Amino acid sequence: MIKLDPKIPKGPLAEKWTNYKSAQKLVNPANKRKLEIIVVGTGLAGAAAAASFGELGFKVKLFGIHDSPRRAHSIAAQGGINANKNYRNDGDSTYRLFYDTIKGGDYRSREANVYRLAEVSGDIIDQCVAQGVPFAREYSGYLDNRSFGGALVSRTFYAKGQTGQQLLLGAYGALSKEIHNGSVEMFTRQEMLDVVIIDGRARGIITKNLITGEIERHAAHTVVIATGGYGNVFFLSTNAMNSNASAVWRIYKRGALFANPSFTQIHPTCIPVHGESQSKLTLMSESLRNDGRIWVPRKKEDAEKIRKGQMKPVQIPEADRDYYLERRYPAFGNLVPRDVASRAAKERCDAGFGVGTTGLAVYLDFADSIKRLGRNVIEERYGNLFQIYEKIVDDNPYETPMMIYPAVHYTMGGIWVDYELQTTVTGLFAAGEANFSDHGANRLGASALMQGLSDGYFVLPYTVQSYLADQINVPKFKTNTPEFDAAEKGVRDELNKLLGIKGKQTVDTFHKKLGRIMWDYVGMGRTKEGLEKAIKMIKETRDEFWKDVKIPGDLNGKNAELEKAWRLADYLELGELMARDALVREESCGGHFREEYQTPDAEALRDDEKFMFVGAWEFTGVDKEPVLHKEPLNYEYIEVKTRNYKE
Amino acid sequence: MDFTLKIWRQKDAKTRGSFQTYKVTDISSDSSFLEMLDILNESLVLKGEMPINFDNDCREGICGACSLYVNGRPHGPDTEITICQVHMRKFKNVGTIVIEPWRSKAFPVLSDLMIDRSAFDKIIQAGGYISASTGGVPDANAILIRKEKADESMDAAACIGCGACVAACKNASAMLFVSAKVSHLALLPQGQVEAKRRVQMMVAEMDGQGFGNCTNTGACEAECPKGIKLTYIARMNREFIAGKMGAQKMDL
Ligand SMILES: Cc1cc2nc3c(=O)[nH]c(=O)nc-3n(C[C@H](O)[C@H](O)[C@H](O)COP(=O)(O)OP(=O)(O)OC[C@H]3O[C@@H](n4cnc5c(N)ncnc54)[C@H](O)[C@@H]3O)c2cc1C
Ligand code: FES
Repeated sequence: MIKLDPKIPKGPLAEKWTNYKSAQKLVNPANKRKLEIIVVGTGLAGAAAAASFGELGFKVKLFGIHDSPRRAHSIAAQGGINANKNYRNDGDSTYRLFYDTIKGGDYRSREANVYRLAEVSGDIIDQCVAQGVPFAREYSGYLDNRSFGGALVSRTFYAKGQTGQQLLLGAYGALSKEIHNGSVEMFTRQEMLDVVIIDGRARGIITKNLITGEIERHAAHTVVIATGGYGNVFFLSTNAMNSNASAVWRIYKRGALFANPSFTQIHPTCIPVHGESQSKLTLMSESLRNDGRIWVPRKKEDAEKIRKGQMKPVQIPEADRDYYLERRYPAFGNLVPRDVASRAAKERCDAGFGVGTTGLAVYLDFADSIKRLGRNVIEERYGNLFQIYEKIVDDNPYETPMMIYPAVHYTMGGIWVDYELQTTVTGLFAAGEANFSDHGANRLGASALMQGLSDGYFVLPYTVQSYLADQINVPKFKTNTPEFDAAEKGVRDELNKLLGIKGKQTVDTFHKKLGRIMWDYVGMGRTKEGLEKAIKMIKETRDEFWKDVKIPGDLNGKNAELEKAWRLADYLELGELMARDALVREESCGGHFREEYQTPDAEALRDDEKFMFVGAWEFTGVDKEPVLHKEPLNYEYIEVKTRNYKE
Repeated sequence: MDFTLKIWRQKDAKTRGSFQTYKVTDISSDSSFLEMLDILNESLVLKGEMPINFDNDCREGICGACSLYVNGRPHGPDTEITICQVHMRKFKNVGTIVIEPWRSKAFPVLSDLMIDRSAFDKIIQAGGYISASTGGVPDANAILIRKEKADESMDAAACIGCGACVAACKNASAMLFVSAKVSHLALLPQGQVEAKRRVQMMVAEMDGQGFGNCTNTGACEAECPKGIKLTYIARMNREFIAGKMGAQKMDL
């Protein structure tokens, strides 16, 4: 029986991390060289961790599926990164950032972890500036800030619309330095297929070379998983094409618990879907909500005319526009958190006020800001985003409002970790979007980058070292052990099984089918019936997949369809777990909206009495019911309230 | 929309490749170029053939993975954009589209349209960073940077490392890529300390990786999806010579 121990250090909230660090065990420099760490993932979390481990003197093996560590999905983050610097003198503080994050997450995250995140956030900015990240500056030469949803202070640092790129290139630089120094060995185009556990501890991984097809074995004293989120379970999302859940799913099947899998973030500002052949969705950064106003026509007739192409948005007079976020949430207006903004858009479109040819779109309008600030300022702030929009949609947002609609964007759920970011498997850590730790039921904008870098630069270097301190006498592992043999055999058997199906339908056909089920029943609005139906439909799709998927080629060489099939096989199991998790959580909180549980004015209705816990699932076998473990959440430093963005 | 596609097929790095002809029909003008290839691949898989391998990931023009010559041009017919963001409406009245991997000695072909660009990583590893270790750095606002400098640095840092500059250059020179990184860092006060050493190390590695010389034709600038300017090459040359002469004169 697994026991969930979050291992929260003693002492007052503000002193916990300091206490941890003072009591933490250290490894002397000579021993560090003898200890090996595998890091999987080169995004912000993985790259920052690998570079920092390398600087400390550990031997690091770093893996990623891309041809270069710089291409990890973090590169695509646009809007910014939060930190509690209080450079604006607008009342920010560690406590304020902590408070906003817990509240934004609808009181479903762990106090101690979130406080630590807020505490180290300022150090992240210092570190990035030292690395040469060209953050936006004011004429004074000081750093500039912008506002993001869910906060009343301006604490978001940014580098044009390419913040993720610049932060990742900073981490990639630090990493490149360590590769040059020989402390980090980089394995590109390698996909982790399984983790190897020896005597109850994670000691290695099995990978596939994505060019030659070879299956490889790699051993180390400890393994860190930083492979990002699983939004692509929906087929269409803002995640990159190769983002996948396989690494986290495989460790789940080896005993790491999976926490809050149903907590998915649907981002309100994405470019609407254009048609069946669409392969992914494009995000329009949340920062746009600083200066853009969201509206739909107030009259249904107008919305209809727009959909038929008989009317243009600029022809609708001010009085006939419904700025529904400003109307419903006067205090936060267009800057309400993402879950609230997304649901409000869906509500308007479902009610028949949507625009675009499909009716599944709302306007994001810059006309007022352009009038107020001038086109130059808007161009300076969002030029590249406007350009992307124009290239994709063939419309000029300086002249006509953008059209946006919610899309799957981020997964708050992930591998359960304790305060040290260690999973329920000893010696196996999870960081970045791959873990569940900091965002509760809804993540605030610009906080994922903060968390990834916090985990990588400032948390794991301490906690992993503490774990390794009693491993100094453990010699380097060989990969010819029975555990490695068994893990490799398992992987090969499964790959061969997939190749042997030789059915009639392509991988993407099944993936689209799964995506549809997830979006309809496990998306923005969930119900008991819908979720039960989804579980059944996902199972059926999974069975059909294992009977009828068509994958050409063999194990040798590049086989892109086989790669996709492997990932989809995992999504077909994960999707079911997400639906199960959503089903047992009979309340609405953050991004998890159960239609049965809402207030009279359609806001999420939490049930703290019954559901103030982290739901961590234990794998018991495919087609077997997983076991739910509950980690109760205690709020000692924050008063638990109903989220209110109206006043 | 209907198209005839001539696509480079090559099993692996060791096998010789050749062009194959395919037809796609009924493509929506709103589909992206890569979605058009997805459609072709679906049809190949259904016929039991291997799909065409091409690198891509973000499909938003930021990861730098996609890397195709389309009708002879890196990233296709549009300017300041990666091929993943080009939509089929750009191909009105274009019946035949020729698709090839980028060709350069330093970027060997791995499979079909996929190439090996690790030479770029090697150049960065040689010194394309500021050697600040985690922790122990000053407060971010302790370093003041003129807005114009920060913006200019950001413009250089916008390079996505796709390699279109190398693909566009008749000499397969990597000068635009290297100069963008050198400039990004040299324009910032934090980057000054190592500036001299950085440029020497990176240029030496660039030469070692088999990239050609720069003869200032400007083809790289014309094809760069991120609008990286040729002036960075001039700036780098200044840095390089300053470094060589031991005199570190840089404009702040
Ligand atoms: C379009 C977009 C915009 C965003 N904008 C913002 C923003 O403005 N602010 C913000 O805070 N957050 C933003 N986010 C969220 C944020 O970017 C991500 O949550 C964060 O970057 C995740 O970082 P990571 O290090 O956890 O993982 P990733 O960056 O996703 O990296 C995953 C790594 O794991 C590797 N990998 C994956 N699977 C395997 C496998 N099986 N084997 C081996 N390696 C594997 C990959 O190669 C990659 O290196 C945005 C997200 C998107 C999609
Ligand atoms: S796929 Fe990322 S830049 Fe084209």
